[in-house]
Amino acid sequence: MKIEYHIEGGNFSAAGSASSEIKKILKQFNISPFLLRRIAVALYESEMNVVAHAYRGIMRVEIQPSGIRVVVEDEGPGIEDIEKAMEEGFSTATEEVRQMGFGAGMGLPNIKKNSDEMRLVSSPGEGTRLAFSVNF
Amino acid sequence: MKISLNNLKEKLNYECLSGEAWLDRVVDGAYVSDLLSDVMGKAEPGMIWITSQVHKNIVAVASLKELSAIIVVNERKVDPEVLEQAELEEVAILASGKPAFETAGELYQIIRL
Repeated sequence: MKIEYHIEGGNFSAAGSASSEIKKILKQFNISPFLLRRIAVALYESEMNVVAHAYRGIMRVEIQPSGIRVVVEDEGPGIEDIEKAMEEGFSTATEEVRQMGFGAGMGLPNIKKNSDEMRLVSSPGEGTRLAFSVNF
Repeated sequence: MKISLNNLKEKLNYECLSGEAWLDRVVDGAYVSDLLSDVMGKAEPGMIWITSQVHKNIVAVASLKELSAIIVVNERKVDPEVLEQAELEEVAILASGKPAFETAGELYQIIRL
């Protein structure tokens, strides 16, 4: 099963809707609540990264009997230093975004912790591609 | 101690802003934070989330993490739009009317082991 969601950069009021939709779909499958919550965290953080940092993005989700694979590609400023971005506490979020409680520098570490495999590539000035998977 | 949202609401005079229908939920601990990713990373299902954030995204976080409720501190006003979303996503939002420190302290007295 393949699903595709468009994510609008800067639209905080719709943020999280793609993750919620996917979680609802996953609930119909026989997936343990523990795995479901891990997937939800990784989905939400990857969705929020597009909302908080990029102009727009597409989230592609593929659900197979063996697991879920998610690819999020965005058009945006990209990430200058991926190693630094992976550090807990590091964030380039604006003050406005921080005041909403985002930009704690925990998004990417949360995705890594809650997935079985994660790959992040970025071209500064163009965009970022994040892929992660969780095995069932 | 395991206690329902209803009992907590009565004991601590919380106001229920959304999710009246879900107040029979049992509370399993609590987490205090205004950082959304902190809650995403560290809170456990069934916990109450004490926060001063009142924008729409708290609903998605509470729902995705399967928290028992959100307690909004102080006299923070929550938009009707946020409460509507909370009803849709079965998220209970309570207001303590007190600062985060007092809110957490009172709650701790009741639910600590």
